[in-house]
Amino acid sequence: MLLEGKRLVITGVLTDGSIAWHTARVAQEQGAEVVLTGFGRGIRLTQRSAGRLPRPAEVIELDINDESHMDALVAHLREQWGAVDGALHAIAFAPDDALGGNFLTAPAESASTAFLTSAFSYKTLAAGLQPLMSEAGGGSLVTLDFDNSQAWPSYDWMGVAKSALQSVTRYLARDLGPDNIRVNAISAGPLGTVAAKSIPGFMQYNDVWAARAPLGWDTADPGPVANMACVLFSDLATMVTGEVIHVDGGVHAIAAGFGEDGAVH
Amino acid sequence: MERSEIEAKLTDLLVDELGLERDKIASEAKFEEDLEVDSLGVVELLMAIEDNFDVKIPDEDAENITTVSEAVDIIVSKLG
Repeated sequence: MLLEGKRLVITGVLTDGSIAWHTARVAQEQGAEVVLTGFGRGIRLTQRSAGRLPRPAEVIELDINDESHMDALVAHLREQWGAVDGALHAIAFAPDDALGGNFLTAPAESASTAFLTSAFSYKTLAAGLQPLMSEAGGGSLVTLDFDNSQAWPSYDWMGVAKSALQSVTRYLARDLGPDNIRVNAISAGPLGTVAAKSIPGFMQYNDVWAARAPLGWDTADPGPVANMACVLFSDLATMVTGEVIHVDGGVHAIAAGFGEDGAVH
Repeated sequence: MERSEIEAKLTDLLVDELGLERDKIASEAKFEEDLEVDSLGVVELLMAIEDNFDVKIPDEDAENITTVSEAVDIIVSKLG
């Protein structure tokens, strides 16, 4: 199995439709041990979703912006496993006034919150787990991105935060490479998760994917993204770091498509 | 399972697992307006129903659930 003996921390599981849940599922199927983290009220959903995985998985509370939570998580993992082989960063948040067509009016605090929770937090998770991954002789970190190299309708400061996340990925790759820790991002196509549905207008991007994806795109199936995350966790990806890998049906490579009406989309 | 049985079991679940007040729960009570269940709460409600009744509620059905009675309707239809 691809991930036999790997010890992975998976953040961001809300429901069994979450990309993170599917990543945990595939990781377990491939032989990994996983610990999930949950946040705030959502942790009740994380616990419920943990029960739907192929094997039991512990759920630990982690508010990534609370230093004491990160310290407690690291202490717990040190005791439980002694070392960690990788983690999925599936954490993002932007206040309502930083999304949905409020780009010009969003206050600095809201843009800053989006940056801290969605981009800086990758550094927090990486730096926190660095000693435990060093214990394992190296590791692999994966974050979930939505490619913001061009501006999208309504994505606004969340989009700017995602651009920052790609940059954070490269700087982490630079600084953690000497410890044999790989740091990558997966830029996924739109998936109908609880998180995506909370972004006004996000699911309208489906039309873009329907018209442009050479491979097609199923917004109800996080499996392809989960599979790639597990490839990146595995020893088949040893020389891959600082990379943004698109799992988007090929949309990033195609400038425009034709809809069923024959019009350019 | 009888409809009344399903409604009673759903009421228990709303009280025990979602922490709602038993007195406020009525057939026509709206989850968001009357019972103050927010969007995250609705997601939890759906998962709790799936776990407790051993049914699967697809998104397109979930979108039609706004009241307690509509939730019972969906459970009845899924239990066939």
